[in-house]
Amino acid sequence: MTLVYPVQSLAAHPPRLSPAYKSTVKRSPSKPLIPMRHTLSELTGPVYGHETVRENDHDLTVHGKGEPIGERIIVHGHVLDEDGRGIPNALVELWQANSCGRYVHVVDQHPAPLDPNFTGAGRTQSDAQGYYRFITIKPGAYPWGNHHNAWRPAHIHFSVFGHSFVSRLVTQMYFPGDPLFPFDPIFNSVTDEKARNRMISAFDMENTKPDWALCYRFNIVLRGQSATPMENS
Amino acid sequence: MQQAKPDGITPSQTVGPYFAYGLTPNGKYDWNDAFNNNLVTPDTSGERIRIEGQVFDGDGAVVPDCMLEIWQADAQGRFSDPQDKRALTNTSFKGFGRIGTDAKGGYTFDTIKPGLVADPDGKPQAPHMVLAVFARGMLLHNYSRIYFDGEAANATDPVLALVPADRRSTLIATRQPGSGNAVYRFDIHLQGDKETVFFDV
Repeated sequence: MTLVYPVQSLAAHPPRLSPAYKSTVKRSPSKPLIPMRHTLSELTGPVYGHETVRENDHDLTVHGKGEPIGERIIVHGHVLDEDGRGIPNALVELWQANSCGRYVHVVDQHPAPLDPNFTGAGRTQSDAQGYYRFITIKPGAYPWGNHHNAWRPAHIHFSVFGHSFVSRLVTQMYFPGDPLFPFDPIFNSVTDEKARNRMISAFDMENTKPDWALCYRFNIVLRGQSATPMENS
Repeated sequence: MQQAKPDGITPSQTVGPYFAYGLTPNGKYDWNDAFNNNLVTPDTSGERIRIEGQVFDGDGAVVPDCMLEIWQADAQGRFSDPQDKRALTNTSFKGFGRIGTDAKGGYTFDTIKPGLVADPDGKPQAPHMVLAVFARGMLLHNYSRIYFDGEAANATDPVLALVPADRRSTLIATRQPGSGNAVYRFDIHLQGDKETVFFDV
């Protein structure tokens, strides 16, 4: 199967310069990007051995000596291409704040407690159908310095590799119904509402585990289409 | 397995300021690295090189919270990916590297000089690696390429030919004086007069 990566698909992404998110002002290109045809360098991408992902790397609640504080959740879904095909063996990495909205990172000085039993890093590899699953703690909202009374909606950072270097994606997963959505310049940097909503996970009652954990579904759609259009499109 | 056709790709969001403990722990955090900045294994063939440089923003300030990823062919111009039908199975050279910049915006990669890779018309491209640049303040990573000075093939490279002549030097790593393995310098300017060429791919 040969995949193509139309540049038009990139319209879903936020503009690199998004002045409401102040750090973009000095870190976005001021000159036009140069269009080019994809060569083998762009159309291939790294492949991982099973040694990259260890047995419990997907369960962030068992990385400490005891259980972390907060609301245990399941986050699962499929890594898909633009035609809806599952992407097998995709490496999915995540990192997040703890339930109090504090990151382990040394630069994070938010006066909320660290949790000795939670670092907030995990990774997994999608299965043959593109399915992945994490167990973690629901992250808290946290303040940041972008503007007066700025707060990030609760989110989990995702880093995903697909079939090629140009399908590489780093994104953030949000939780449904967050009251901070209207105020967050990073979430709203994605100007198309339908595209923005694809970053919001769906509450998944069917896969919520009784007496144990709520479940959220988050499908991740990476660039890549069949070279020939599908019959039903 | 096929799901309903999605209505588009998942949008990108910034890697933010706090990715290091998840993506580039490098001994500073209690988490193992999936990737690092040394691509060379003892049985890798090819010319050992180091690439080093710094990342700067539009004010010329160093960017200490940047993540760089490179992807490259081996010395024979083959990618460690089954989609490259010429790839050798079980090759230990994976061709992918990642690093977070240090407090001075600095980075290094230890790797090998990549071989020639053909373009879609079968025309050889000069030795190069592809580069992805991520940082706080970047909602979407930037794609660039690292070429090497002193390569005759640069003059006929089909991608460099797309770049205005006065900006091509931003894509060419410069050989540093010294003996031993070759060291190349490649600084990355996110914005401004010295802005690195980024590609719309």
